[in-house]
Amino acid sequence: MSNKHVKAIIIGAGAGGGCIAKELAGAGFSVVLLERGGWPVYDEYINDELISQRTQVLRPAFGPDPEKNPRVFIHPDGTRQVTNSLSGAIHHHIAACVGSGTVSYGAMAWRFMPEDFKMRSTYGEVPGAALEDWPISYNELEPFYQQAEWELGVAGDDSENPYAPPRKKPYPMPAFEQNVDGELLSAAARRLGLHPFPIPMLRNSVPYLNRPACIRNRTCVGYQCPVDAKNGTQNTVIPVAMSTGNCEVRTHCQVAEILSSENGKVKGVRYFDENNREQTQTADLVVVAGSASETARLLLNSKTRLFPNGLGNNYDLVGRFFQGHAYTGAFGLFDYEVKTYTGPGATFGLCDFNHHVEGMIGGGLLANEFNRMPYLFSQTRPPGAARWGKEHKAFQAKNFKKMAELHGPIQEMPMYENRVTVDDTVRDFWGIPVAAITGQRHPLDHENCKYLSARAEEILKEAGAIQTWQSVGGRGSVGGFQHQCGTTRMGNDPKTSVTDKYGRVHDIDNLFIADGSLMVTGGGFNPVLTINALGFWVGKNIVERM
Amino acid sequence: MSHQIIQDRREFLKASIMAFGGAIMLPSCLRNYTPFLFFTADEALLLTAICEQIIPADENGPGATQAGVIYYIDKQLYEVFTWEQDKYRLGLTAINESSLELFSANFDMLPTDKQLLFLKKMEGNELPDSYWKDNSASGFFRTIIQHTMQGFYGPPRHGGNKNYISYKMINLDYPYVVGRNLYE
Ligand SMILES: Cc1cc2nc3c(=O)[nH]c(=O)nc-3n(C[C@H](O)[C@H](O)[C@H](O)COP(=O)(O)OP(=O)(O)OC[C@H]3O[C@@H](n4cnc5c(N)ncnc54)[C@H](O)[C@@H]3O)c2cc1C
Repeated sequence: MSNKHVKAIIIGAGAGGGCIAKELAGAGFSVVLLERGGWPVYDEYINDELISQRTQVLRPAFGPDPEKNPRVFIHPDGTRQVTNSLSGAIHHHIAACVGSGTVSYGAMAWRFMPEDFKMRSTYGEVPGAALEDWPISYNELEPFYQQAEWELGVAGDDSENPYAPPRKKPYPMPAFEQNVDGELLSAAARRLGLHPFPIPMLRNSVPYLNRPACIRNRTCVGYQCPVDAKNGTQNTVIPVAMSTGNCEVRTHCQVAEILSSENGKVKGVRYFDENNREQTQTADLVVVAGSASETARLLLNSKTRLFPNGLGNNYDLVGRFFQGHAYTGAFGLFDYEVKTYTGPGATFGLCDFNHHVEGMIGGGLLANEFNRMPYLFSQTRPPGAARWGKEHKAFQAKNFKKMAELHGPIQEMPMYENRVTVDDTVRDFWGIPVAAITGQRHPLDHENCKYLSARAEEILKEAGAIQTWQSVGGRGSVGGFQHQCGTTRMGNDPKTSVTDKYGRVHDIDNLFIADGSLMVTGGGFNPVLTINALGFWVGKNIVERM
Repeated sequence: MSHQIIQDRREFLKASIMAFGGAIMLPSCLRNYTPFLFFTADEALLLTAICEQIIPADENGPGATQAGVIYYIDKQLYEVFTWEQDKYRLGLTAINESSLELFSANFDMLPTDKQLLFLKKMEGNELPDSYWKDNSASGFFRTIIQHTMQGFYGPPRHGGNKNYISYKMINLDYPYVVGRNLYE
């Protein structure tokens, strides 16, 4: 039985895929959106710390299924470790369901700064790093940031952020209030001459687009929202795409390969449906939005006469520059309660250390952190503190509500050697060769982290913490994981990039990428709003050109 | 610590872990029944004693035994962490053998100070090598610590944290009623 030919296939219903689905379906294209996961169901995992996308001890609540989706991590000494989604960050997964990470994310909605699109021309060449400028500027992407803010829904107010990138339209919803530690730490930051302001959030501060306002659920990051006040692609752009009548969402469909014609154009995909039956779907154009790791894997698994090493990979660039963020910051203990555990916990951020810091390349933001539920808290202790026994328990009893923290994603240096390849000897449930991930961070990441952790600790001290300590990141293996990006870099030169500035794979007229893979550099910000904006950007250009 | 007290503690552990399984009165055909999916009764007794040192009952409230941590670990080894089964089976045997060699008694029969001494050695990989050829003592101890923390501080639906014992200790309101807690 063959499927009806459509205008466009989109692979992956996540942050980028959801936005481009709405763009194409809204323009009258017939679209099939293929997603390997299902629709997220709130009642399946209610506020369960051990089954959430944050701790993932017993299961990642929103996929991928650990039994069906192995991967390989290649250690620096060459050892290959088979991992699954219970192995932790080393598995480098985001999620696998309609909405993907946007169902359970913390929903911070950052725009990058203009410098983030011009890392090479701002900072010059950095030895060992592959810094490049994006082929598009902040100004070109600005209207699409705005579209994402209004169509998904962002609450914010950046008037107190002197480093805020220029915007043409305010946020559609007023900013959220500060919680107790937010109030305390932002006041301290202000005394130090810094510029704290409310974090822009993909969450409803007031009812918006027919969904209610946030109830400050304490288990927010890592979980689906019980009242649907957190805005992901699964409850915004994807339903809009479906309501046009032009977009069919097919869930539990694992795409195995992109099919090509003799002339080099792509003509469709081969996938396994919800009953694990092999299917073919043809289309005029194909958009891949499977997340940085899975998008690279799919291209590498799609070999043709013209692209014997995988689509778009004639210069051995697909899968390279895999990156994420180095997380860094500091903790402080107070002698009174500073945490109320109202959700989500993160309320203010500051961008004083994103660029414009003498001697630092890139940098990153700092923000007070999302709630640490009891198990995660039990894994958090000052250096030298007991890890078990009476003393460990006493710390938990005494300090659960007295610990505040400031952390942030620090811009990672992209590296040529950090990459996603495919391992033919390890297959997933459907027999498809899996992604093999490898990479070590650039030494500069750790230097930047040291700087930011020291600043975070100063703020905590100024706020009156009786004990402070730093948690300095940026060492060891590549960031990737939930903020992964960069495997099909966009650029103007086919010899140094995989797609052009419109997300079209060089030399393949009808194959596009629309997810985090396009990002040339990762910015010092959580990536999702940029990925949403890229989805809209690629979509609009397809509509105008195809 | 007198022998009597030690015996009492063993009886107490036994009674507590059996009580939570609801398996005190058994028909004779089920005499060998234990409430566990993976552990033998002896293994459970030993592991319960270790978990109780990791999170002891004290002035801050009940410890791992009363929270039913053993049921969490047992259930998850059977349902989820199947790849850890061998580590536990071999590791628990190695603990008893090490304990017999060092202190001439099973671990769960040792007084608290000896148990702590033993666990510190285990943490530092200082137990007799001959019993730890296939399993790292410190690695196994780290695994037990993690699982104990999960069972004690995680949600009760997975077998531990009975009656939200740990939430009570840290004063986190429960049961969690979405949209209601902290707003009354
Ligand atoms: C707990 C958590 C918290 C986060 N918090 C934030 C935050 O506060 N702010 C922020 O900016 N970002 C946050 N993120 C990150 C954010 O969710 C990701 O950056 C974003 O979702 C990535 O978008 P993407 O389109 O590249 O990939 P995804 O959103 O992962 O979408 C890819 C989709 O493609 C599907 N897929 C892949 N391969 C195939 C295939 N072969 N066939 C069919 N389907 C396939 C996947 O199942 C998935 O649904 C968070 C993520 C998590 C998990």
